[in-house]
Amino acid sequence: MPYRMTVSPDFTPDHIGGWYIFNTWLQKSLQLPIHLELYDNFNQQRKAIGDDQIDLIYANPYDASVLVREKGFVPVARPSQTSDEAIIAVNQTSNVEYIESLGMDTVIALTEDPDVNLICDIMLEPAEMHNSGKNRLVMGSYPLVAKALINNRADIGFFLVEAYQSLSQLTKQNLSVLARSQINVMHHTLLVGPQLKQHRDLLSQHLLTMKSNYKGAGVMESMGFDEWENMPDEAMEFMIDLVDTLNYQPE
Amino acid sequence: MQDMEPEDINGNYIERILIFNDGSRRKVLVTDKETPFQDGRLIVSRTDAAGIITHVNQSFVEMSGYSQEELVGQPHYILRHPDMPSAAFKGLWDAIEKGDKWHGYVKNLRKDGGYYWVLAVVIPNIREGKITGFTSVRRKPARRKVEECIDLYPTLF
Repeated sequence: MPYRMTVSPDFTPDHIGGWYIFNTWLQKSLQLPIHLELYDNFNQQRKAIGDDQIDLIYANPYDASVLVREKGFVPVARPSQTSDEAIIAVNQTSNVEYIESLGMDTVIALTEDPDVNLICDIMLEPAEMHNSGKNRLVMGSYPLVAKALINNRADIGFFLVEAYQSLSQLTKQNLSVLARSQINVMHHTLLVGPQLKQHRDLLSQHLLTMKSNYKGAGVMESMGFDEWENMPDEAMEFMIDLVDTLNYQPE
Repeated sequence: MQDMEPEDINGNYIERILIFNDGSRRKVLVTDKETPFQDGRLIVSRTDAAGIITHVNQSFVEMSGYSQEELVGQPHYILRHPDMPSAAFKGLWDAIEKGDKWHGYVKNLRKDGGYYWVLAVVIPNIREGKITGFTSVRRKPARRKVEECIDLYPTLF
């Protein structure tokens, strides 16, 4: 029975191939059978996690917190020099120029990406309309969020920065950035589950030397990463505390 | 903690003396210049259990006007503004030392004597049942809440 790896469904489509190449590289390096399973959406992935079907996951900060606290996962590595940031965008022709001018009737297009939604809801707090759940259009992907804005079905849209940047040039020409987060300290993390935990050190060793490995460097490039960096338990705990702090909604 | 220096101040200032809970004193130089809190910014910091800063993000550095080196190792009250009544912090230490979360609207003092308003949320970092420090995130506050605090805080001295 192979181990099963998955990736947070918010990865950009440009890098799907890169994850498959990474999986092949990983199997050869570790001499372990690993199957890569990519899920179309967060619900499918959560079900697989709930059913204990995942052993290795590249998780967003929000899901990583749950996996560490509730499922016994431990951190292995993170891509260096990266951080998860979010964008609130509007139609290029929108009259909205700043967050405070948004009213309670604002329609929001968004995905099910939990950390992006959390960050964007916090960015909306100055408008005092973030808890209004009535006007939310949950879309299956970021390009569909963009489409909802362009078609004027929604007033604002929530995006992961990488996802926004990977939209086509034509799509971006029809959109405008209203706000962009500047947190700097939240990022995706590669985690191992209880079944694969015994190989954590070996995995870490291979990942941290991947860039200097001839084949490894090419694999990293195909995933859009520069280098893996060690992710100690305490750094993970810090990020969990941070997610907890962001989750706290003052009345 | 060092007193504020006139050469760091931007514009006309008045001098005030702050006395902190630990008995220490600091001369602060205060102007009436507000630095707007930019949409999307989140100020993140972490302290040890005694409230000494151990980690700051870039937004903290830019909004406070201090460098990272000047902040790390200092008590978090380096940002204390004399317009903040101690009563406004009532419950902060009680809550977080019990392991609870705390939030409040705070006027922070910049290195250049100016100020900025934040909605601060503080949570304790608990490791193996013990509080080892605190994580704080400061968000852009709703202006309506800031206006309420501007009216309320002077009545709490």
